[in-house]
Order: sequence, then C-alpha cells, then structure tokens
Amino acid sequence: MQPAIVVDDIRKSYGKTRAVDGVSLQVAQGEFFGILGPNGAGKTTTLEIIEGLRKPDAGRVEVLGQSPMPRTRALQRRIGVQIQAWTFFDKLTAREQIRTFAALYKVPARRADEALELMGLANKANTLTERLSGGQAQRLSIACAIVHSPELIFLDEPTAGLDPQARRNLWDVLRDLNVRDGRTVVLTTHYLDEAEELCNRVAIMDGGRVLRAASPDALIRDLGGITRINLPARTLPVELARKLFPEATVDTDEQTVNIRTHEPAAILAELATRHALDGLSVHGTTLEDVFLALTGREYRA
Amino acid sequence: MRDTLTIARAILRGFSRDKAGLFFTLAFPLVFLIIMGGVFKGGATPHVTVIEVGRVTVLDSMPADAHAQIDKVLDVQHQSNLDDALNQVRKGHAGGVVEQRGTTVLVHYSTSDLAASGTVRSVMQSLVQTANLAGSSQPARFSFDSTSVNSTAVKPIQTMTPGLLGWAIATGATFTAASTLVGWRKRRFLRRLSLAPISMGTVVAARLLVSLGVALVQAALFLTVATLGFGLRLQHDWWACIPLVLAGTLAFLSIGLLAGARLRTVESANAVANLVVTPMAFLSGSFFSLSLAPVWLQNLSKVLPLRHLNDSMRALLSQGASAWSVLPQFGLLLGFAAVLTAVAVKLFRWDDV
Repeated sequence: MQPAIVVDDIRKSYGKTRAVDGVSLQVAQGEFFGILGPNGAGKTTTLEIIEGLRKPDAGRVEVLGQSPMPRTRALQRRIGVQIQAWTFFDKLTAREQIRTFAALYKVPARRADEALELMGLANKANTLTERLSGGQAQRLSIACAIVHSPELIFLDEPTAGLDPQARRNLWDVLRDLNVRDGRTVVLTTHYLDEAEELCNRVAIMDGGRVLRAASPDALIRDLGGITRINLPARTLPVELARKLFPEATVDTDEQTVNIRTHEPAAILAELATRHALDGLSVHGTTLEDVFLALTGREYRA
Repeated sequence: MRDTLTIARAILRGFSRDKAGLFFTLAFPLVFLIIMGGVFKGGATPHVTVIEVGRVTVLDSMPADAHAQIDKVLDVQHQSNLDDALNQVRKGHAGGVVEQRGTTVLVHYSTSDLAASGTVRSVMQSLVQTANLAGSSQPARFSFDSTSVNSTAVKPIQTMTPGLLGWAIATGATFTAASTLVGWRKRRFLRRLSLAPISMGTVVAARLLVSLGVALVQAALFLTVATLGFGLRLQHDWWACIPLVLAGTLAFLSIGLLAGARLRTVESANAVANLVVTPMAFLSGSFFSLSLAPVWLQNLSKVLPLRHLNDSMRALLSQGASAWSVLPQFGLLLGFAAVLTAVAVKLFRWDDV
C-alpha cells in the first residue's frame, strides 16, 4: 500500500537557525504517528512543511501520493489540518464557525453539527468563540479540521492547554478517529505520555533532527527495561545513594534523588532495611528515559 | 461565487456583532454630521456680500460715516448684469442683489440662507427709512421691496454632507482593509483559510463585497439623515454617487491593503491608516471648504483620491452636475485603486515568519 506520507531529507532555516535539519519520515496509511520533542525541536515546522504551509529549503515531501505544494483542491479535501493559532472568524458562534467551514468543503450543515457533538461542544454551539475556554476553542478548531471527514488528519499539539480530564476525553476521540474510522493521524506533542498512549509510532525530534522513529514499545524495549526510582533527597542524601548503588545511575534536582537501574529489587530491599521508603515512587521505563538516553538530557517540555 | 458568499456572510455576521466597529463605521461619522449640521445650520456669516446692480441712490449717496458703518456688515460689490448677479445669489456666493427701479429699492434674496438674506434686507430697509427721514418735510422719496430669487443656493449642509461622507467612506475602507488583513495574518487565520479548498481570490472578494456593502449602508444613512434632519436637497443625478461611493471604497481599500501588506500589528496598521486618512480628509476639503486655502495647496490636493471623491460627490449632490460629468473622477478613483492594489499584491506576505 502506498504510504500516506513520505518525507525525504527536508531542511528549513530561518536566518542562522536550522529549524529543520534533514528530516526523513514515512507514515503508513491508517497509522497514528506522533512527532515528539521539546519546544523548539522543529516539530511544528516539520508538520507545516508536510501540510504544504511552508516551503522547505531542500528536500521532498509526498502526501497521499502528491506534492503538498502547490496546493491542489483535490488534496485539500483529503486532508484536515489543525494549526496552533486562533483560527476563527470574528464574533461567530461555534456552530456558525464550523458551518462556514463545512460550507467551504461542500459538506452539509448536519455534518458540522455532528462534528460539534463528537468534540463535546454541542452545548456550546450558540456561544461566541471569543467566550469559549482555551480547551473548548482547541476542540472547536479540531472539529473544524475534521468536518469534511479527511482521510489524513494533522494535529499540532492538540492537547496543549487542556486540563487532564479534557485531555483524556480528547484522546478517546482521536483514538476513535484512527481505530474506528480508519483515518491516518499525525500529531505533534511535547507530552511523552500522550505519545505513548496514542501513537503506533513516534519520531523523537530534537534540534531539528529525528533522533529515532519507532513504536513506543520498541523504543522502550531498546533501553533494556530500566526502572526509575524517585525519592526525596531528605530521605536519602544523593552522596549516600551513589555510594550504596554504584551500578545504578543516580542524579538529583535538589529535592528529589533519581535512581535508574536494571535491578530494582536489590535497591528497593536495601532502601527498605534503611527505612528510607517515605515518599518513594517506582516507574517503569517511559519515553522520558528514551529521550534522556538519546540526547543525554532530561526531558523538559 | 458560493464560497465568496459563504465567507462574506461570516464576515458580515461578525461585523454586525462588533459594537465598536459598528459605532466607528456607521454612527461616528453621523455624529460628526449632526454636530456640524447643527453648528452651521444658519450659515450665519458675519459679513454678507451684496451685489449692487446699476445705481442705487440710498447706497451711493450715503454720508462717509454711514458708509463706514455699513461696511462692517455688508461687502458691496458692483455688477452691471442683473442675471449674472442673481446667479451669484443662487449659488450662494452673495447674500443678495440690490437694484433701484424708479424710486423702489428692490432686494433679491435667497430663501436658503436666511441669516444672510435677513441681514441684507434689514440693512437695506433701514437705509431707505433713513433716506426718507432725512427729507422729512417732503413725502417719502423711496419705497422698499424685496423678492426671493427662488434659489437653489448652496446651503452648508449641501457642501458638508458629501465631504463628510467622503471622509466616512475613506476611514471605514482604509481601516477595515488594513486591520482585517494584519489581524488575520497575525493570528494565522489567513493560513487556516488557505487550507480550505478555496482560492485566496475568493477570500479577498468576500472581504471586498462586505466593505462595499457597508459603504453603501453608510452612504444611505448619511443621505437619509442629511435629507430628513437637515434639509439636504438631492439633485437630479444624485444616484450617480452610488458608483462613486463604490469606486471610492475600492480606492481606500487599496490604501489599507498597501498599509496592511507588510505591517505586523493591528495597532500599527490602524496608526498608519489614521496617519494617511486624517490629514487627507483636511486637505481634501472634507471638513472645511478648500476655497480659502492657498492655490498651491489646492493644486497639491489634486493628487489625493479623497479630493476627487469629495469634488465629484459635491458636484452631484449639491451643484446638480450630471452623472456623465463625474466620469473622469470615477475613472481616476478606479485607476488609483488598481495601481495601489497591484503594488500591495507585490509586497504582500501571507505569514509573519
């Protein structure tokens, strides 16, 4: 099957800043693909080049078998894009906004109302967009992006600024779009848990490059099962931790001592005999560890 | 076309809910009209010009000191042709014409400028009485009569309405074009629209459609208030101001487009629009007649599109000019719009980055 997206060595610089520095990707049809990285990693620029919103300095992009630039209407009807911005007409209600977009895609108003419903905005249909909360506006913007049932959906940090409950609700909706409706979804995020939760495959970006692209499971497996043990620095001073567990990696950020190890059992037993279990927490490997392993830096969104 | 209407309807609906926008485009210029229409309602000019046709004894044989008194109120000019003189009154250039028929002193006055004609009549009447009193032993030598010239004289409202309307159109169009463009670009709404299966021509056409419609509403409101509230008399070819308003709107939209092509914030776009439109309004005679300005300034102002919009609308609305006669100005405004739009398109950027 033809891949949904092929990106071949794209580059984009602004002045001396290399925002995108040789990115290559492939996204299969039906995949839920995440571009993960901290702010300034080049995620949005990469996404906008794929969407055809920006012209790369070099490299080649193919979306559903076509070049996204110059834009063709046929391609525009097949993709849906949510961008990070306040992209609404002035002083229209939520329903009027989405119906306007629906009309531009020649989609009946009924489908606009369904998209509102899907995004949990039915009770805000008559509210002016200026009065919506950040999360509601975000969901309306996604609703507008999917109103014409595109086969390929781009979402740029869709859950930024949402409260935890709203994030989980949105995850369910996005998963449905992918699994139930068979849409290909590409999203950028700086939330590691979001990528882990939703994506079939993740590209980890930093400094304008893709460091690794694989399924979250594979990325974590590659690290060989690291366990992370966190405990307050007052429970166990960092110097003592380093002396006790020379095999483990120990670091600290003043309040917390962080121990990464392949053999958590021995360490936990030792901590128990020292009655140092107050405020202790144990985590399996996460994408955070993957990021750390790839960049040598702690992940900071 | 359907897409254009879809977007135009969305813009218009939002505009109709924008109280500040509505006020500044529709109500604010009207407030100006009402204030100025009220202030200049009487058109009271302290010094009234009177045209003396032939010889009028009571004026010519006045003692020197009386002459000095009269000169404070009346500016007496002489003319030999009665018809020419009456025309001056009709056009509002003079407060009245005085002539002597036998022993009757006849004042031709204009009904539209009551203050000026009142001054002329009362001064002339008192001069006749004074002359009669001077020879009190004899029967009255002179009699006084006055007659209206059945005038179509230019009342202040006649010149003021087209000028203020021109200013209102200029402000509305320049500001909407500049701030919509910059605002939509800044919050990347232009980008978002460009993702829908429509061309940018459609988006621009929708914006133009709304601006043209709003300008027509402005003009209709203006003419209604001026006609009903202040006695503006629409001349025969007044309808031709509709295409003029549209051409003027396009010209000022193009100025706003040019200002908006590169500027980054709505505030700076508004400031530039203000900087352009306000001085232009003064220089184009929107608020005050340019007839008192130095000749070089009057000539200079001919490069300004608003000057031509004002002149042509004045000719149509108050001087009874024919629709054909404003064709050159109509063409000029369209040409101006075309040139500036072309430049703006060259400079235009979709994105800030």
